[in-house]
Amino acid sequence: MTVVLNALRDIFTPTNSRYLFIGLVYTLTVSVVTVGVSTVFGTILALLRNYEKRIFGKIASVYIEVFRNTPLLLWIMICLFVMRFGTTFFRGTLGLTLYTSSVVAEIVRGGLNSIDKGQFEAASSQGFGKIMTFVYIVLPQCFIRIIPSLMSQIVTTIKDTSFLSGYAIAEMFYRSKVLLSKLPSQGATITGAHTLVTYGSVALIYFCVNFLLSCAVRYMMKRHHA
Amino acid sequence: MSRSPFALWRWKLLWEDKAAIFSGFVTTLFVSFLALLLALLIGIVFGMLGTSEKKPLRAINRVYVEFFQNIPLLVQVFFIYNAFPLLGFRWSVFMIGVAGVGIYHGAYVAEVIRAGIRSIPRGQSDAARSQGFNYLQTMAYVILPQTIKIILPPLTNQAVNLIKNTSVLATLSGLDLMYQANSWALQGTLSYGPAYVAAGTLYFLICFPLATWARRYERRIKEREHIQLSESAVDELMLMAEEML
Repeated sequence: MTVVLNALRDIFTPTNSRYLFIGLVYTLTVSVVTVGVSTVFGTILALLRNYEKRIFGKIASVYIEVFRNTPLLLWIMICLFVMRFGTTFFRGTLGLTLYTSSVVAEIVRGGLNSIDKGQFEAASSQGFGKIMTFVYIVLPQCFIRIIPSLMSQIVTTIKDTSFLSGYAIAEMFYRSKVLLSKLPSQGATITGAHTLVTYGSVALIYFCVNFLLSCAVRYMMKRHHA
Repeated sequence: MSRSPFALWRWKLLWEDKAAIFSGFVTTLFVSFLALLLALLIGIVFGMLGTSEKKPLRAINRVYVEFFQNIPLLVQVFFIYNAFPLLGFRWSVFMIGVAGVGIYHGAYVAEVIRAGIRSIPRGQSDAARSQGFNYLQTMAYVILPQTIKIILPPLTNQAVNLIKNTSVLATLSGLDLMYQANSWALQGTLSYGPAYVAAGTLYFLICFPLATWARRYERRIKEREHIQLSESAVDELMLMAEEML
């Protein structure tokens, strides 16, 4: 027990806590931005796959299937090591976004498919063009229905950001590893307890954030059904 | 020589060293298979706990599922990797991968199986109990076999996710497909392009048929009416199948 207490005291100094907290802010920012951008890109992919039966629709289908059936880590590595532009941070996040877009595209498609055909007919009978119908009639209804799924996707993406930690992108998990390696220079003698307490604390922080978010999602779904 | 990341000579080198990539592919298949078995075992046990009439047992299910679903797999695997040696377990990265991925996906499989059991009407278990089956016999011979048909699509999607997630082993030098592709490029001519295309193709070759089969099978189930199943649970399962990937 004292070993754990000592480790806690060594790890959670004010400076270290602050360092880790900024990592959490990074993780959350990257996740929200990723899901935001993926929602835009994913919606375009979903619309193309559903309603454009020629070349662009085919491309969207291939994109979605390829990204959904290969690991996220592969895409992060491709963006980091094959592409030759931007900062590490940009490329890592790009890999995450390209992958997440394919997942969000299928969520949006689920929402689009749940909208009654009559909505399209009604819109066209009122003189709405194709684009107007999507912008004013179909997509708003679609997004209201998929908000819980999109929020669950934020939870998934928060977990996924940890994959960026291997490549010097300063999100929370990366910072916990750096922190661990810096402890000796701060005068602490590293024991096994230090390693486990560090990773355990990070796991606990992830858990709290994600659990709160998933509770919020469940609450929204319950209210939606009631 | 061309310096393009996809230059022809890089592909030729990759073809010469294909044994390295292939050994990674075999490792990935083995890890996936064993982890899937573990996930199914955990899923059945915790799925059954989740449908129990006793509140403490249901609580155990909730704690397990929430705990493992809300912490990144990578963090869990790192924790196990560092904790096991301290506890005196000298496990290979291969076994740590099987344990980590299996335990993580066990939580998702438990949710699928819980919804599956709930989709079978109560009358089935009442009937079995009245014929003298005990709880475990009722589950093993009456309830679980009936759930198989309906839980197969979400379960298959879980298998696809599991196969993709075995790539966490690469971060621990686990000799899996992702690691082999990466280290082949790193230790050789930095030919990341061909190495990643090869790895991606191999992942796709296992995952795509599984995912496509699951989607077709699900559509067929939807078209048939499932009057004998409890509807809210079936809806829940269909949602899972759609959203899990």
